[in-house]
Amino acid sequence: MAELTHPTHRSSAPPGDLAIWVFILAELLAFGVFFAAYAFGRAHNVALFNEMQATLDRQAGAINTVLLITASACVARAVEAVGRARQVSGARWLLAGILCGGGFLIVKGAEYAEKFAAGINLSTNTFYMFYLSLTFFHFMHVILGLVILIALWFKTRQGAYGPADMNGIESGAAYWHMVDLVWIVLFPLVYVMR
Amino acid sequence: MDIRRLNTVWVILMLATGATWEVGEQGFAGQLAMALLLILSFVKGRLVVLDFMGLRHAGPLWRGLLIGWLLLVSALIAIAYRIAQA
Repeated sequence: MAELTHPTHRSSAPPGDLAIWVFILAELLAFGVFFAAYAFGRAHNVALFNEMQATLDRQAGAINTVLLITASACVARAVEAVGRARQVSGARWLLAGILCGGGFLIVKGAEYAEKFAAGINLSTNTFYMFYLSLTFFHFMHVILGLVILIALWFKTRQGAYGPADMNGIESGAAYWHMVDLVWIVLFPLVYVMR
Repeated sequence: MDIRRLNTVWVILMLATGATWEVGEQGFAGQLAMALLLILSFVKGRLVVLDFMGLRHAGPLWRGLLIGWLLLVSALIAIAYRIAQA
């Protein structure tokens, strides 16, 4: 009841802009539907999915998990540094995050190239229809996340953020962490679980 | 957010990723492997939500929505895998 009589304290709000959190929630719902569709689609084709999953490059998937999580950790360190007015350090952490995210695109791109060279496409079978559309949907989000991180990097170098102005960097960071969060579910689901 | 916490979270996430990878390497399949993988991804996702996204000290609404998303997705995957094994 106390909450009704007191205005919401700033500290109870999520970091960054409320709009980015609404956007993140919408993205998560879309990915959630995709994950459920994959899992239930598999229930009707267990043998096919298990056979096709074995043709995936699990090592590449694991390396990409390491890259995305490390990118997220770098971005979190960047936000922490800028929050203590250490913009130079913050910009370096953002650059490290951008490089890890770029590494993800290179590894995933090599995986796609290998599959396309083997003649695999959306119509190969139900598994590859899901694999290609689901991972490419995520791939596009990594690209958007990287565009945001590069923008944050430029602005941080210009000193646009600081302890009193965290909204922009916190909002962009939250979006990047969402991209990481989605992959944390996607990797075991598509590459490992059978 | 303090640096030590962020570094510790990163180490835990790396260890959990290694465990997920090992489940694949060993070729573990079935309900137990599925449950283990879902628990690992929940532990990882929860840490990303709480410490990287910084929702640990935010109000319960957004923390609940994101962790609720993780639980819902995990539950749907578990149900689909149980149907597949039946």
